[in-house]
Formats: sequence, structure tokens, C-alpha cells
Amino acid sequence: MLARRIIPCLDVRDGRVVKGVQFRNHEDVGGIVDLALRYAAEGADELVFYDITASVDDRTVSPDWVSKVSRSIDIPFCVAGGIKTVEAAGTRLASGADKISINSPALARPELINELCDAYGRQCVVVGIDTFEENGTYRVKSHTGDPDKTRETGRQTLDWAAEAAERGAGEIVLNCMNQDGIRKGYDIKQLSTVRKVCPVPLIASGGAGATEHFEDVFKHANVDGALAASVFHKSVIAIPDLKADLKSRGIEIRL
Amino acid sequence: MSLVIVDTGVANLSSVKFAFDRLGVEAVISDKVETITKAQRVILPGVGAAPYAMKSINAKGLTPALRNLTQPVMGICLGMQLIFETLEEGGSPVKGLGLVPGTVKALNTKKLPSPHMGWNTLTKKSDDPLLEGINDNDYAYFVHSFAAPVTNITLATSEYGEDFSAIVRHKNVYGCQFHPERSSRVGAKILENFLKVPA
Repeated sequence: MLARRIIPCLDVRDGRVVKGVQFRNHEDVGGIVDLALRYAAEGADELVFYDITASVDDRTVSPDWVSKVSRSIDIPFCVAGGIKTVEAAGTRLASGADKISINSPALARPELINELCDAYGRQCVVVGIDTFEENGTYRVKSHTGDPDKTRETGRQTLDWAAEAAERGAGEIVLNCMNQDGIRKGYDIKQLSTVRKVCPVPLIASGGAGATEHFEDVFKHANVDGALAASVFHKSVIAIPDLKADLKSRGIEIRL
Repeated sequence: MSLVIVDTGVANLSSVKFAFDRLGVEAVISDKVETITKAQRVILPGVGAAPYAMKSINAKGLTPALRNLTQPVMGICLGMQLIFETLEEGGSPVKGLGLVPGTVKALNTKKLPSPHMGWNTLTKKSDDPLLEGINDNDYAYFVHSFAAPVTNITLATSEYGEDFSAIVRHKNVYGCQFHPERSSRVGAKILENFLKVPA
């Protein structure tokens, strides 16, 4: 059976892994390759690296550290950050990334999703969506790496998730911004709603603080994977313990 | 051990090379017929779309040489699909390399999300040196929308909506639908076994 995936997310800034609360106040949590090796050894199913300031600074994620990570680990990983063209994506894939994730550039030019799918296949195209709940509606934000540059997109989350999959995204990562970094649990309601309109694998992001939160999101939102950052970086939850606990609670998990 | 990773013109060459580096074997990435033909082991990698990949292989003039290889050959993911006779992908069927018999079809995932992405369990169908040390319910990392049906060349199956071939072998030619280079201990073991299978 297909296992549910536990995915540590490493936010990268200036070549280091950092973590903020609700996308603000970043602190240094370690080196890229060191953390990648640690999480792979602990049983992470996949890693995601977000170069969080790439889009806002108008840069593109560096292929050098992509290659270093690929050389070091034997689990899949995805890279994101300012990838705006087929060529830029191709360079990262050639450096050893398994998937590339796009967010702000896809909102600016949705055809990019089609182009990436045509060039490399939908299996390596991930679309990240930063979604914010206000008065019961879910809306998409862009350029969330810097709070001062964050923009409203005018898009509804459900519409954008469906459109991204239709255009050729092979996976959707839903970052629920209200929950980010506060460890009160995933947004089960929103994730369940998106799950219904999303025909491709769906990854939950934002809010993990305890083993029960992972259990809830797999059992009640039926997501394929759960992404988390601060609970892993700060050793609030140890991945081997988390995976053993989830397995004992009847969830399909790779041990 | 001389090992060549065929440069098919589609991405994902370096991650396979790095996996062999971790095993202490330096692989050469090449699209030269002479280099490929002389290697003791040949890896056919690949990600992306089959029509595009076959066009690229044909344009490089590699097809006749790949068809005549007698040393152990392993196709990985899309590379595994390309070793079959026919690939039902895109508007009209694509002619594959035809190193192993059969047709690759769209995986019927029923109501499950597609593509099939993540860690799934293997079930062994027959013994082979390639599967040394691999057990039922070991996990491998898959990411694909097309697959080869289960036939008499299937060494191991996996299931997602339906059963399909996770590993095949026909004579000197092996195929892994999953990514051994990204399948942790299980994948490393399979790559190590491939280096040891009798030529």
C-alpha cells in the first residue's frame, strides 16, 4: 500500500535553513546538507527546500546546493524559489532535484505550469499555494517570503488548486497561512475542501505541533503527505517516534 | 566495473550517478555508442514524457546500439517504460526500444489521486539475483502515471488502483518502475545487486 508521507520543509535563506512564525522573524536552524542528512537518516519520506526570498528578491534558487543535497541523500526532494522558466527548472532537475515547486511565478503566469509539464512531465511539477482564510473564504496570496511584499492575488484557493492540476501540476502543497508556525494543528476543514476538487496528490502544510495533528490530517483530510518545519527543526517531535506512533494508530507509514 | 548512464537527453542523470557514487562506483554519463556498447553495465534513466524521450534517443542515433546490448541493462522509471515494445502515451502509441516484450499503459488509479507518487510496497513474484536481500512489503519510491501490466517477466509488483510491474526482467534487461536512487536502503540494495548480477 502507498504510505502517507512525512515531509520536513527546510526554508532556505542565504544558504542556511531558517524558520519564522507566520512567515516573519526568521531564525537560523542549521546548514542545508547537515539537516538534509539528518532528516533522511531519521526516516523522512521526502524533503522540500524553499528558497524563501528568491521570488521577492528576483533571484532564482541556486543549482549548487541542489547538487550538494542530491549527492548526499537517497530520498526524493523538491526545490522551490523563483523558478520562472522552463530553462531554470531544467537546470535544477539536471542538478538532481526530483521535483520543482512553483508558487508566485505560476500566479504571475499560469502557462508556466503547462510549459513545465510539457517539458518534464507532471510528476516533477509541484504547485505551492499560500492560502489565507478570511471571513470563511479561502484566498491565495503571493510573494509571502517577505511580509512587506506579500500581495493579494484576487484568486480563490479552490479555483486555483483545480486550475493548477488541470494545467499539469502533479502535486499541490497547500500552505495554510493562518496556521503557519503556531503548532495548533493543520486546517482540516480547508484541506478537506481542497481535497475534493484536487485530482492530484495533496500535501498539507502549516500548523503541525503534535503527533495527533498528523493523525487528524491523514484520517480526516485524506491528504497524501504532511509537511512540517518548526516541530522537526526544534526537535519538538522526533520523526522516528512520530512515524511509529502513526503506524500504531492504523495509518500506512514507511518505517 | 565500468558503468554507463545513457544520456537520453532527458533530465535526472545526476541523481542516478550520485547513487552509484554512494556505492563507490563511478558511472560515466554518455551518449556515445562506443562507450555504451563497451560498458559492463548500462543504466537507462529517464523522467518526463515517453514520446519526447524516444524522439531524443532516436535523434541521437542510439536506438540500434541499445537494442543490441548483451551486458546487464537497467531501465529506471521512464527508462523502464522505454525498454518495452509499445508505449500507449500521448495521442498515438509510441514505439519503444523493444528490449522486453509488452506494452506500457496508463495506470488505472480508480478514484485515487494521480500520478502515483510516494513510497509503496513491493511484492516479489519470482526469485532473482536482483532481489537478493529485498523482502515483501519493503518500500520503494514511485512517481509515475504509466505502468507495465503484470506478466511473466514481472519480478515484483506494486499496487495503486491496480497491480502493475514494479520490477521486470527479460534476459539481460531489467527495469525498475520506481526510483532506486531515491528509495533509501531498498533502492541502494537493488543498485548494488545490479552491479553483481551475472553478466
